[in-house]
Amino acid sequence: MAQVILLGAWPSPYVYRVIWALKLKGVDYEYVEEDVLNKSDRLLKYNPVHKKVPVLVHAGKPIAESAVILEYIEETWPQNPLLPKDPHERALARFWTKFGEDKNPALFGFFFTEGEQQVKATNERQEQLRILEEQGLGDKKFFGGDEIGMADLEFGWLAWWLEVLSEVAGVKVIEAESFPRLYAWIQRFKEFPTIKETLPDRSAMLTHCKARRARFLALAKS
Amino acid sequence: MADVVILLDAYASVFGMRVRVALAEKGIKYEYREEDLRNKSQLLLKMNPVHKKIPVLIHNGKPVCESLIIVHYIDEVWKDKAPLLPSDPYQRAQARFWADFIDKKLYDAQKKIWTAKGEEQETAKKEFIEALKVLEGELGGKPYFMGERFGFLDIALITFYSWFHTYETLGNFSIEAECPKLISWAKRCMQKESVSKSLPDPKKVYEYILEMKKKLGVE
Repeated sequence: MAQVILLGAWPSPYVYRVIWALKLKGVDYEYVEEDVLNKSDRLLKYNPVHKKVPVLVHAGKPIAESAVILEYIEETWPQNPLLPKDPHERALARFWTKFGEDKNPALFGFFFTEGEQQVKATNERQEQLRILEEQGLGDKKFFGGDEIGMADLEFGWLAWWLEVLSEVAGVKVIEAESFPRLYAWIQRFKEFPTIKETLPDRSAMLTHCKARRARFLALAKS
Repeated sequence: MADVVILLDAYASVFGMRVRVALAEKGIKYEYREEDLRNKSQLLLKMNPVHKKIPVLIHNGKPVCESLIIVHYIDEVWKDKAPLLPSDPYQRAQARFWADFIDKKLYDAQKKIWTAKGEEQETAKKEFIEALKVLEGELGGKPYFMGERFGFLDIALITFYSWFHTYETLGNFSIEAECPKLISWAKRCMQKESVSKSLPDPKKVYEYILEMKKKLGVE
């Protein structure tokens, strides 16, 4: 079987998205940790346009951008599908995945701000979460329906990363009272076996995120 | 049962044009409905409640939103005619990667060319030309982006061509001087009826933008 390599950076949720897809499909791969503050020649060679992780290298050929990588994984390893068969359902799954791509930065904006800016970021976040709760997820078990799908992987960071960011920033985001469906989905997603065994260590993340927030706020002040 | 296809669109939208080209490539009969973006129809608000934007393709009553997602949808439903995406997964990934590049890098830069002035506009022009040059490099010596056949990535980019006259006039520069190979490619695409009939007259686009600038107060 041709070799699969994943260039990543801990604990990037964009990278974890790809890890989850590979694991859900039982694809063997070699993980390579990249230092994004000191980019390797290898990363620059495999993603000259954006110079970012994740990059999937399959049989020597690189693919960049997590959404593009997920589609590639889905087409190359069709077992345990991440997209439904029906074209309209597929379009909906892609719609919500793209919603995540576009809105995720707004959802974690509160983490990089404080004071009035944080209030503004929080309001925007609440609006987007409401749309996700009512129109994206609705009454489904997962965004993908009965099984985890591409959109679940797109929003997977809400199930783990968001809690850590919230604790560090000192705000509460998704609670059972405010967003009951998303809250229930988070519990289901976190407990799903393949996902559960793959989540990054919480206390290591707390340390990492505390440092990041401190750095960002210092930069914003300077 | 015959397919009922409706497209909610706005004639100057580069995103709407992508869907028009895809439908024309496949020879699909549809009803075109022009939306007034300052007075959106109930149908648009109902069919795209999340973004309230065009284009929206309504196929037998069910909506599909986001231009590239719509093009994927069209390719999957009407799969027996004129395939738009390549069949090889790696080629498909490349096409998607570059379409994403266009939507991220090119779109933001081009907007500032017609809304901004002075240094902001100059920066936007530089970024725009840089992005076009990268795309020109990707094209290389091929007739179309994925090779011999017109397809997904050509569709994603060619629609911006109808706006080139607007950018050049408002930005006071020549795109052909900077990216001659890309202009040759664009002219080749325009020879296809599916493209020429789907793109508006560049002069009309320019007039429309002048109107928009007045309304937005960005003269």
